[in-house]
Amino acid sequence: METVVSKHTSRSLVGRDPWTIPLEEIDLAHPGIWQANEYLPFLARLRRDEPVHYCANSAVGPYWSVTRYQDIMTMEAAPHIFSSEPTIGIVDVLPQYTLPMFIAMDPPKHDDQRKTVQGVVAPQNLKNLEGLIRQRVITILESLPQGATFNWVDLVSRELTTQMLATLFDFPFEERHKLTYWSDVATAIPGAGLVNSYEESFEILKECLAYFMRLWQERAAREPGNDLISMLAHGEATRNMPPMEFLGNLVLLIVGGNDTTRNSITGGVLALNENPQEYQKLRENPALIPSMVSEIVRWQTPLAYMRRTAKVDTELGGKKIKAGDKLLMWYASANQDEEAIERPGEFIIDRPRVRQHLSFGTGIHRCMGNRLAEMQLRVLWEEILPRFEKIEVMGEPTRIYSSFVKGYTELPVRIIPR
Amino acid sequence: MPRITLIEHNGTEHTIDAKNGDSVMTTAIRNMVPGIDADCGGACSCGTCHVFVDPAWVDKVGEAGPFEEPMLDLNPERAQNSRLSCQIDISDELDGLVVRLPEFQF
Repeated sequence: METVVSKHTSRSLVGRDPWTIPLEEIDLAHPGIWQANEYLPFLARLRRDEPVHYCANSAVGPYWSVTRYQDIMTMEAAPHIFSSEPTIGIVDVLPQYTLPMFIAMDPPKHDDQRKTVQGVVAPQNLKNLEGLIRQRVITILESLPQGATFNWVDLVSRELTTQMLATLFDFPFEERHKLTYWSDVATAIPGAGLVNSYEESFEILKECLAYFMRLWQERAAREPGNDLISMLAHGEATRNMPPMEFLGNLVLLIVGGNDTTRNSITGGVLALNENPQEYQKLRENPALIPSMVSEIVRWQTPLAYMRRTAKVDTELGGKKIKAGDKLLMWYASANQDEEAIERPGEFIIDRPRVRQHLSFGTGIHRCMGNRLAEMQLRVLWEEILPRFEKIEVMGEPTRIYSSFVKGYTELPVRIIPR
Repeated sequence: MPRITLIEHNGTEHTIDAKNGDSVMTTAIRNMVPGIDADCGGACSCGTCHVFVDPAWVDKVGEAGPFEEPMLDLNPERAQNSRLSCQIDISDELDGLVVRLPEFQF
């Protein structure tokens, strides 16, 4: 991690005054301020001074930043103008390393593919899975070290989401850590430690494909089941899917169900420690858990943005957008927009209209797994509260070097038993 | 003043006063009827205020609009009489309207 930070320091906004820096120098896509947790005032500056902002000089090429809640709502309602193709990350990866996936498709193909897989995370299916998830949560919580400081990210957040994924795919349980590894590879910035190039990532993901092809063939030969692989292998719109498209959708589901929930599980512990009065409120009234879960998801905003590409010349927030321009919809900013959310800077577990945040996006690309994420967080806290008086944060978290995935690699905690 | 009835999945009925021009969603939220989330606040862009219109009322309520249709279409529980309640505006015509709530919002 550290080596990469130094590589980019010449361009980082870390340490700059967000209120006096010339607007044209603000490059939100640079990971520095995100890892340093200094991004909030830069978002506030853009919301106030230039809510649709053009960054001409960035290592990732020119792009627009859209920072107000209402402008993002406008964009999400117009997929025919603001396309999700070719990709939803800022970097245009070479076509040969780009995986086709429905998050990066427009209607009608998006709709067909999404409809085929969404049943697996539909609430009806989740209800059947809840008991198993609860059992796994309990096993994880009861095996935590007593009296010692440990990394919450490794022992709980990563472990729980990995087990969850293995359950959804009906993936060989003892090999489940492969899933987390592939997820990390899929989102890794080359040079940041895990991989050195997109080519290398792609080679590793081909191993992932080979593994899943075996599972696919196995499931295709059997009666349709309730796991995702079986659903893809039997689904009308997906059963003849080309291998790369299959891989793309797999990676989407692995990443979608992994980093995001993992980081909300960690972020929740952090937020409750930073706001002890809210932790107390929760202990006194566990019925607030569902509402708190939504507030955690807003507060964390596990994906800072989604990118769209203008299909035609258009206008947004008084700015002329040209066909082909990239636009980043900063959910992390919308969720702090005073015009949409009251006292957005505060973590309030029983706030009114708590579900009205943009962490899941909105419109046709709204997070397919939102109910699964909420259920995992709810079950986790339902099992934490009766067991532990407090999960106490013992030191600063280590944040991920990324402006896209907002998350943590480390959060030292200890458990105070009841 | 029109009155509308929302029936929860467990059968609990809520018959409530509605105001012309309000949506079924806002009317339900104001009366704290459980089972409608309305995460996007009525912008027709989240699909979490899904209801099933009673067959007797389908014609009067009308069909989903062009923005509503794609949101409904992505819901695995979608039925012929599915609508997003934020897109149904109350009028005297709808006095007596009955809608049923799904077991879950998606």
